[in-house]
Amino acid sequence: MRVSRAERSANYVILFAFALFALIPILTILQAALGPGDSAGTGETASFAGLHLGNFTEAWQVGHFGTYMRMSFMVSASVVVVSVGLSILSGFAFGTMRFRGSTALFYLFLLGIMMPSEAIVVPLYFDLRTLGLTDTFWAVALPQVAQSVAFGTFWMRAYFRSSSRSLIEAARLDGASNRRILWQVLVPLARPAIVTLIVLVFMWTWNEFLIPLVMVTDESLRTAPLGLAFFQGQYTQGFTLLAAGAVIVATPVVALYLFLQRHFIAGMLEGSVRE
Amino acid sequence: MVGRGSRRDVGPPGEPRRIAYLYLLPAFIVYAAFLLYPLLRAVQISLYDWDGLTLGRWIGLDNYREVLTDEGLRSAFGHALVLMVFFALIPIVVGLLLASVLNRAKVRGLSFFRTVVFLPQVVAMVVVAVAWRRIYAPDGSLNSLLGAVGLDSLTRGWLGDYDFALPAVGFVGSWFEIGLVTVLLLAGMGRINGELYEAARLDGAGPVREFFAVTLPSVRGEIAVALTLTVIAALRTFDLVYVTTRGGPGNSTSVPSYEVYHRAFELGRVGSAAAIGVSLTIVIFAISFAITRIGDRGTS
Repeated sequence: MRVSRAERSANYVILFAFALFALIPILTILQAALGPGDSAGTGETASFAGLHLGNFTEAWQVGHFGTYMRMSFMVSASVVVVSVGLSILSGFAFGTMRFRGSTALFYLFLLGIMMPSEAIVVPLYFDLRTLGLTDTFWAVALPQVAQSVAFGTFWMRAYFRSSSRSLIEAARLDGASNRRILWQVLVPLARPAIVTLIVLVFMWTWNEFLIPLVMVTDESLRTAPLGLAFFQGQYTQGFTLLAAGAVIVATPVVALYLFLQRHFIAGMLEGSVRE
Repeated sequence: MVGRGSRRDVGPPGEPRRIAYLYLLPAFIVYAAFLLYPLLRAVQISLYDWDGLTLGRWIGLDNYREVLTDEGLRSAFGHALVLMVFFALIPIVVGLLLASVLNRAKVRGLSFFRTVVFLPQVVAMVVVAVAWRRIYAPDGSLNSLLGAVGLDSLTRGWLGDYDFALPAVGFVGSWFEIGLVTVLLLAGMGRINGELYEAARLDGAGPVREFFAVTLPSVRGEIAVALTLTVIAALRTFDLVYVTTRGGPGNSTSVPSYEVYHRAFELGRVGSAAAIGVSLTIVIFAISFAITRIGDRGTS
């Protein structure tokens, strides 16, 4: 579309202003994390080219972020592997097979996409406590597997439904079993959809706050965002180490986003029934 | 003729039936055990007066009556409505303006812009809250900015102020959602047929008429999606409130999700917390159903 030169320049100003607006809180954190330490710290931290990278090591030690990050990685990896695996199976059934009750069952799964954690976390905590399962890895991971399976089923079903029907028919005529059709014909083709699902589930699990907050009191089982929230409560002498901790917590997902942003954006826009 | 009889139960060729249940089973077991069953249990618990330790007492719908009548809970739901303005209304209005301006001219750097404005969506809400707490602090950058332009009279501890804490929390929501909404609307506007604009221009339409006659009706579906997402996000605000204000000062920023946590795990009023959780679920289902219906009617 042809527009005047003035309008074009105005567009650049708007682009720049909003990009800056989106970045300011993030830059605030980065600047503080790389700045000189607080007075309460253990003295001057190591600096490189004016960037005080020593803040990160100090925050890592003072805030126990090593433990939290390990827990977060374990939870996220397990939730991703289990829920994506189960979603591929259930999505395959919903997307390519006809069976009695399929519509009703599918709506049941859809319910889980919209169901807020707030509703289920209360009974889950008390029931898992009765079973002696609170304060375990499982109490943090399994509810999130369930939430991700609800979305994953919806996501994989949509993909398998759109994937070529004739391809499946041809494979069947060749005498391929369902298992072979799924794993050797459909899954290799579905790789982009599966990567998107992996990326979304990883992000949701990594950033989840309420479930670990409720399920876990043992410090060694805290996830990274939970650890950061507690660190904020305890460490009040200044902002530098808190900011460094915040950067540590945000980095894995942000780094993944920078590499796979198409998957993030497409996934969150297309799969936007969730959240 | 061969094999006709043997296929009788199978239905359409190549459409196996019972094996489907086997593929569904593992997903369904986890889903039922950790989402469906807890939801039913939440409904059950919400009918009791229970402190989480001793035996509960059946009180019927009293907890729900409290949701409707209790001053504190009513204001919590009222605060959620205020948050909807910040999470949904403002981002959609700003996003519509922003996207339609950007859509008119092909500017360079649009994909970089998209990457940047979408970034808030992937940062953990706890990190976002830590950043904004800093900005809103009495010695934070917002107050320094106000001081620098001579508006010292406006400086305050934003999150500790009875009148300003809720809008301050809400503004974080606007910041968080504007990128998502803009990217969503940009994608929608990119699909509009250029001939529609040509036709509008031949009719002598200016940018404003063009927006109302062509752009707005074409992205009705995207607006419905954006509305659903952001309204639900407003209703589910927990991390942000927990880290920034914990519902304070007083209860000026308490929201339903925070009340669920507060009552169940800090006050020992588990039945009431479950009732709030169930009410929240019903409201969310109703809203997404209503918006989807309206969106569907708009597009068809």
